[in-house]
Amino acid sequence: MTDAPLMTPGSADPASSPVTPHGVPHRGGPMNPSAERIRARFPAAFVRAEVVWGETTVFVRPDAVQDIVRYLHDDDSERYDYLSDVTAVEYRDLELPLQVVWHLRSLPYRRFLRLKAEIAKSAPLRVPSVFPIYQGADWLERECFDMFGIVFDGHPDLRRILMWEQYQEGYPLRKDFPLRGRFSRSEQLRQALAAEPESRYSMTELTIADAFEDLPLEMRRRLAGGEKTGE
Amino acid sequence: MAEKRTVEVSLSTSGLDAAGRPQRTPLVVDEGGRISTLEAPPSLEPELIGEHMLINIGPQHPATHGVLRLVLELDGETVVRCIPHVGYLHCGFEKIGEYRQYNQIIPWTDREDYLNSPGNNVAFALGAERLFGVEITPRCTVLRVIAMELSRIMSHLVWLGTTCIDIGAFTPFLWSFQERERIYTLLEQWIGARLTTTLTRVGGMGADIPDGWMDGLRDFIRTLPKTIAEVDRMVTRNGIWVGRTIGIGAMSAADALNAGLSGPLLRASGVAYDVRKDFPYLDYETYDFEVPVGTDGDVYDRFLVRMEELRQSVRILEQAAARLPDGPVNVDDPRLILPPKSKAMSEMESMIHHFKQVMEGPRPPIGETYVAVESPKGEKGYYFVSDGTPKPVRWRIRPPSYVNLSAIPQMVEGHLLSDVIAINASIDIVMGEIDR
Amino acid sequence: MEEGGAPVGLTPRPDRQVVTVAPASQEGWVATRLDFLVNWGRANSLWPMPFGTACCAIEFMATAASKYDLARFGMERMSFSPRQADVLICAGRVPFKLAPVIRRIWQQMLQPKWCISMGACASSGGMFDNYAVVQGIDTIIPVDVYVPGCPPRPEGLIYGIMMLQEKVKRERMSDERLRDEMEPDPTSKLYIPPSVIDELSEPFGNSVHQTRSGL
Repeated sequence: MTDAPLMTPGSADPASSPVTPHGVPHRGGPMNPSAERIRARFPAAFVRAEVVWGETTVFVRPDAVQDIVRYLHDDDSERYDYLSDVTAVEYRDLELPLQVVWHLRSLPYRRFLRLKAEIAKSAPLRVPSVFPIYQGADWLERECFDMFGIVFDGHPDLRRILMWEQYQEGYPLRKDFPLRGRFSRSEQLRQALAAEPESRYSMTELTIADAFEDLPLEMRRRLAGGEKTGE
Repeated sequence: MAEKRTVEVSLSTSGLDAAGRPQRTPLVVDEGGRISTLEAPPSLEPELIGEHMLINIGPQHPATHGVLRLVLELDGETVVRCIPHVGYLHCGFEKIGEYRQYNQIIPWTDREDYLNSPGNNVAFALGAERLFGVEITPRCTVLRVIAMELSRIMSHLVWLGTTCIDIGAFTPFLWSFQERERIYTLLEQWIGARLTTTLTRVGGMGADIPDGWMDGLRDFIRTLPKTIAEVDRMVTRNGIWVGRTIGIGAMSAADALNAGLSGPLLRASGVAYDVRKDFPYLDYETYDFEVPVGTDGDVYDRFLVRMEELRQSVRILEQAAARLPDGPVNVDDPRLILPPKSKAMSEMESMIHHFKQVMEGPRPPIGETYVAVESPKGEKGYYFVSDGTPKPVRWRIRPPSYVNLSAIPQMVEGHLLSDVIAINASIDIVMGEIDR
Repeated sequence: MEEGGAPVGLTPRPDRQVVTVAPASQEGWVATRLDFLVNWGRANSLWPMPFGTACCAIEFMATAASKYDLARFGMERMSFSPRQADVLICAGRVPFKLAPVIRRIWQQMLQPKWCISMGACASSGGMFDNYAVVQGIDTIIPVDVYVPGCPPRPEGLIYGIMMLQEKVKRERMSDERLRDEMEPDPTSKLYIPPSVIDELSEPFGNSVHQTRSGL
């Protein structure tokens, strides 16, 4: 272990000494300066910004998310180098649009920013992927797709991750999905036993695809029959 | 009696080459019994042209720490590609959270990262209290610090034991479980459960510590460093251990940050990001402790970082034990905290509060919050969205080991099959948290 | 007639659970029921196959570690290969995605085999009454002993193991049904009729009332 760590959080703002927040107001309070800069730089994409419980939320138009996140990541006065989370929120009021949420952290400035994009349910649920900027978005976006059915454009490998790929019932975290699933328990069990995800490999994801001709006949038949991936 | 002699064993893995792959040189024994390394002549490596093999580790495999499935494509014994498959333990935590009141969700947080239950309880309560706009009492703050650090020690001890088993040492497992049994005893005296504690409530704790509990804690603090030192003596300079961990699964600082790693993995890579220091909670900024940071980001550095964190947790526990103030544990807020049973049965107002809380549950104002804590695995966040009803619209868990695990292909590719086990162990995965 | 002796003309009835040795003959032979001998051997050297998925697996590890010491029951030899295991200990919750895995592990185990369902989730789905979790592994594989608890304490698991030992000791080799491999229905792959599964998976207890999101 060395004395000087390679990267020290707070390095861009050495005077700051973070303390535990106390007495955080419900609404209002100091806003993250990045919000104002996003508004100045992306006037067309900026919708609104608010501070709730001391955390700044910036609402932006979905199609501009990638540009904004790239600016936040690359610009020297922002340096949001850490992606905490990508998730989505659906409200109980089914008329309200679906929200996709990005939680970003700027370690050099010790800042936290929540970015939100609202997508109306009447339109196809698509937002740009931030995977080209943060590699850590890979599984987070896949999970969001799995649970909400939101398609992240530009994600290289958007497959279901927690449920198996042949899962029939839909997207579990959507509000119209019942707690115990759409089908009866016996039907769910029958489908799960039939899926056998652990006995399958994927052709598209493996370089072994080059050796398709050498595979056993039975495996070739299964793979040719549209059996894509296990999950 | 034969004289004791020290054998200098040169490591079989000397480091990384320019491409980031491990350089490997075989061990050679000469006539005198000395062991040394020699550059292998290139002709010794059999040429396997295009003969890739596919193997499937898991979902039921002792070294996958649960039900992880790894599909590995091997060239000889070298991993060419690694495709992790998760979700075998997906239990729908987040969905069920939308159907429960805030206090009712706390038992689920026990079972999500089950090595770290008290820590999860505290994290959840912190998030819910932010959402309700409640300030906890000073005594509760210190008790929660004690709970968090105890659970960090618990989690690291399991990690230590199972990793040692994976790499071939059984004894540290028994030692670390002995220490865990002592923490179990402490928790059992405190709240009545060993593993799934449900320690906190929104606005306080499930129970105050019983009389004499701090003596037990001080006793534990005194003896735990001895066990850590024993493991340290046995493992840290052990030739087998060092040979199997140095230079394995290395991640550079920039890569680790970009991949969203957190916790000991990120710190082993050289980024000193610790939520306790950078985005503090529970007054962690008033405690005196160090954040250990590695340089190489390999399995060995992760091991060193976690060992040091164990010692630092003991330091925090000492300070917390010294400053524990008297006073109430729960906030004085009848909206959130159940009245004592005697009052609920005798006073009309208390009875109404009791009824309202049990039947309807407390209602937070409309809003949302993301509260992150430093769990033993990394940045653990709880994101709540409330629409004013007693049940959250969305309860999101930001799982640190899920994001950490997603970088496993980057770590294992180019290494040997046996190193996959060491790397996987060094990530410290908990499938309950990954799949939720 | 002596007090407490056998009635005249009858040999005393043997105690079924006692190995009879005839030391007088000095030939070193033992007479017992073959059932008893085999079961005695089986019950005291059960090799567990720990199918640990969640929290219960940690308590299982605690049971195997030094304080509780599973070796006292001849069980310290963990068999992570199902083909060399006698008893499947399913420790933890089993989601639907894992159902085919546990089914396959059970089918790979050789007879005689037993199954302990450790913890509330494995036994009944426990607190996870939702779209993802199998409501009790007895809808997938046959179970011999259910250990309640969330998770069970090591003492609880040890009590379950001792119950299983009792069960093993009472088995009769002549009972042909005992070692029958249950064949699942070829189309649905279910052992038991769908209606029974639905009945077993009905919500019970507190979770009946907690199916409303929001208010």
